[in-house]
Amino acid sequence: MFANFMAWIDKRLPLTDAMNKHAAQYPAPKNFNFWYVFGILASVVLVNQLLTGIWLTMNYEPSGDGAFASIEYIMRDVDYGWLLRYMHSTGASAFFVVVYLHMFRGMMYGSYQKPRELLWIFGMLIFLVLMAEAFMGYLLPWGNMSYWGAQVIISLFGAIPVIGEDLTIWIKGDYVISGATLNRFFALHVIALPLVLVVLVFLHILALHEVGSNNPEGTDIKKPKGSVKPEDQSKFKFHEQYTKKYDIVDAIPFHPYYTVKDLVAVVVFLILFCWVMFFAPEGGGYFIEAPNFEPANGLKTPEHIAPVWYFGPFYTILRVVPDKLFGMIAMFAAIFMLFMLPWFDRGTVKSIKYRCTAHTLNLLQFAVCFIVLGILGTMPASETANLIGRIASLGYFGFFIALWFYSNNEKTKPVPERVSG
Amino acid sequence: MSNAPVNNGRRRFLTAATSVVGGVGAVGVAVPFIASWNPSAKAKAAGAPVEVNVGKIEPGQLIRAEWRGKPVYVVRRTEKTVSELSNHEDQLRDPSSEEPQQPAYATNTHRSIKPEFLVALGVCTHLGCAPTYHKGDFGEQVEGVSDGFFCPCHGSKFDMAGRVFQGVPAPLNLVVPEHSFIDDDTLLVGVGQGEA
Amino acid sequence: MKKFILVLLAALPGLALAAGPSIPLDKAGNDLTDKESLKRGFETYVNYCLGCHQLQYQRYNRTFADLGIDEKEGIAKYMYTGEKVGDHITNTMPAKDAAKWFGSAPPDLTLEARLRSPDWIYTYLRSFYADPNRPFGVNNTVFKDVGMPHVLQGLQGVSTLDENGNLSEASGGSLTAEEYDTLVRDLTNFLEYVGEPNKLERKNLGYWVIGFLFILLIFSYLLKREYWKDVH
Repeated sequence: MFANFMAWIDKRLPLTDAMNKHAAQYPAPKNFNFWYVFGILASVVLVNQLLTGIWLTMNYEPSGDGAFASIEYIMRDVDYGWLLRYMHSTGASAFFVVVYLHMFRGMMYGSYQKPRELLWIFGMLIFLVLMAEAFMGYLLPWGNMSYWGAQVIISLFGAIPVIGEDLTIWIKGDYVISGATLNRFFALHVIALPLVLVVLVFLHILALHEVGSNNPEGTDIKKPKGSVKPEDQSKFKFHEQYTKKYDIVDAIPFHPYYTVKDLVAVVVFLILFCWVMFFAPEGGGYFIEAPNFEPANGLKTPEHIAPVWYFGPFYTILRVVPDKLFGMIAMFAAIFMLFMLPWFDRGTVKSIKYRCTAHTLNLLQFAVCFIVLGILGTMPASETANLIGRIASLGYFGFFIALWFYSNNEKTKPVPERVSG
Repeated sequence: MSNAPVNNGRRRFLTAATSVVGGVGAVGVAVPFIASWNPSAKAKAAGAPVEVNVGKIEPGQLIRAEWRGKPVYVVRRTEKTVSELSNHEDQLRDPSSEEPQQPAYATNTHRSIKPEFLVALGVCTHLGCAPTYHKGDFGEQVEGVSDGFFCPCHGSKFDMAGRVFQGVPAPLNLVVPEHSFIDDDTLLVGVGQGEA
Repeated sequence: MKKFILVLLAALPGLALAAGPSIPLDKAGNDLTDKESLKRGFETYVNYCLGCHQLQYQRYNRTFADLGIDEKEGIAKYMYTGEKVGDHITNTMPAKDAAKWFGSAPPDLTLEARLRSPDWIYTYLRSFYADPNRPFGVNNTVFKDVGMPHVLQGLQGVSTLDENGNLSEASGGSLTAEEYDTLVRDLTNFLEYVGEPNKLERKNLGYWVIGFLFILLIFSYLLKREYWKDVH
């Protein structure tokens, strides 16, 4: 019965073939470690955000007069509305947690290097759209921090010479942030950007499956056809798209081996996620900031305007530059540097395990600087904070510059041909 | 790589067990999504029972109340009107209210708690128009019946107990909503007799 | 390099301290499961606060249900102005006049406990002192130059502030200091409840969900281990 049905489908759509190609007969390196779960976790969070987001729009009112009250309506009057809302607000922060770790994994194991540059670019585009999505979503509750956060970020564009002021008014659709701004942000947040996001995720995965997954050793699991003795090849059956051109080594089919492994990771993640969502949905004031419990008020600035934590690193870079225009340039440059990472790194050895000590230290200082920048971004500005922020910003940009220099004639350790064990 | 034989039974059992537990989880996740479609506290507050003061209604007069966004007709029928209800039963589709268009306590000739008061939704059972009340001139529609309701949309006719006449598009009698009397002068629409 | 990192990390706690709150708050120590306390807080709120401060997102019937108050009794005891039981807890003070009387319109307090924290409310209501320079004759150490009169003055009495910034014991009120603290704690408790009426339900559901996930974790881990026997 089921076999007949699948046969009927397969004659009209290559469903079984596609499932084999991308899951049951997709060769994945057998040595993925802890760091390789964050891609799946990001997909889980994406699905959560899409579903809860759709459900929230059913009761949310995108207007300056009604938005704030409609959130409380969802929290109080709608059955389980509070749960849907917390799933969405906690999901936003969780998204950035897993995406930042996912990106750091790529940096550690050189997953951005040739031939995965385009894969990395798609990933960076996802990150960029995600930031826009999060920024616009944060305005929607129409709390006072929503309002002033958006005020600060939109004002950035005022730094652009000549057109700056007009541009900010155009973005707002008013002389202040108003219902008009809220409505356009709503449209972009719930329709336009999610569509772009889903398409980019699709391309990201397609590009990944074209070049194949990297692994913690940075070795290639696809060897030239005929170069590996049959008994040394992976004993599993893979799709002919891969075996036609290559001999596959050290690989296992994605399904069932990584589906069951990722399931464990997803459950562990959900435990942590639910722990935050059910017992600390405000995330200590970092996921939902306290001033957002009063409605947007253009005449009353919160004592300390802090962006949500995930914008912290970039916000600090903006803030420590003592010039508005250059601050903005520095902030966008910080993101642009990440885009260009595949070209800053002139090395050929991928994994941190086999690269020079300088690289390990460089990556370590980058991670520390990133975290420091993030922490500073949530704190009020002060002389000390600015000084530390400047040092950390130098560390951030220094990572890329230093990488460009030492990766040219890098003294690396020999990379094994095969994954051991 | 070990070449130990695969324990297929254990594998099948664990796959099934994980699927079942995971399936329970999926159902659990669906609960808030489904439950959130129920009427919210706001809708329930708006749809709360409505009190109607019936003390000042003149005999033969109709007043309209609103309950859950629908018009509720309340008519104080005269004794003559009530006694005449049985005269035209041969012309009705459902003279003894066999269709469940009214609560059990209103399943009687006069289709109400007190014979005096008709309480019915002013929503034609054909396509939802509001029937108009014809007092004294209903004989133009049905010969020999002086009062009744006439739906201007498609000409459906109802008598003074909201019962539908034969030969009109409306298939059913007008709906009698749950109602009860708090005291002689106060009607409560939305809560049935003996419920509150 | 490592030294540099250490210096950075060492500097961070100092920054955190610099950003901390300036006024130490007293712990409210309220208990959301104590329904009697919530009911007393609700009563205090209706009698002393509601005249100016609405709870415009909270409904009467929801409050009755959550606090275990019978609806008929609740209508008689807590509702004075003929609202319907499904209505929001509001007052009829016109916002424009209110702004004229107090300098700014009295804010809605539904979310006050989430905006400022229960400890803040508890401390604030116990920190009024006599200050003849203020329009209502009182000032507050937690909220400097607050526009609000000390509504509970008849209960607490009046404190004074000495030159070291310490509040004296209040005198002239109808309640003892302990009774007054309890009253304010109950009121704080009620405001924390109103801020998030689902809080207890949320935590309760959380235990079940996480418990369930641990069961799923056991099965999925065993499943993973079983399949990965092929690989290792």
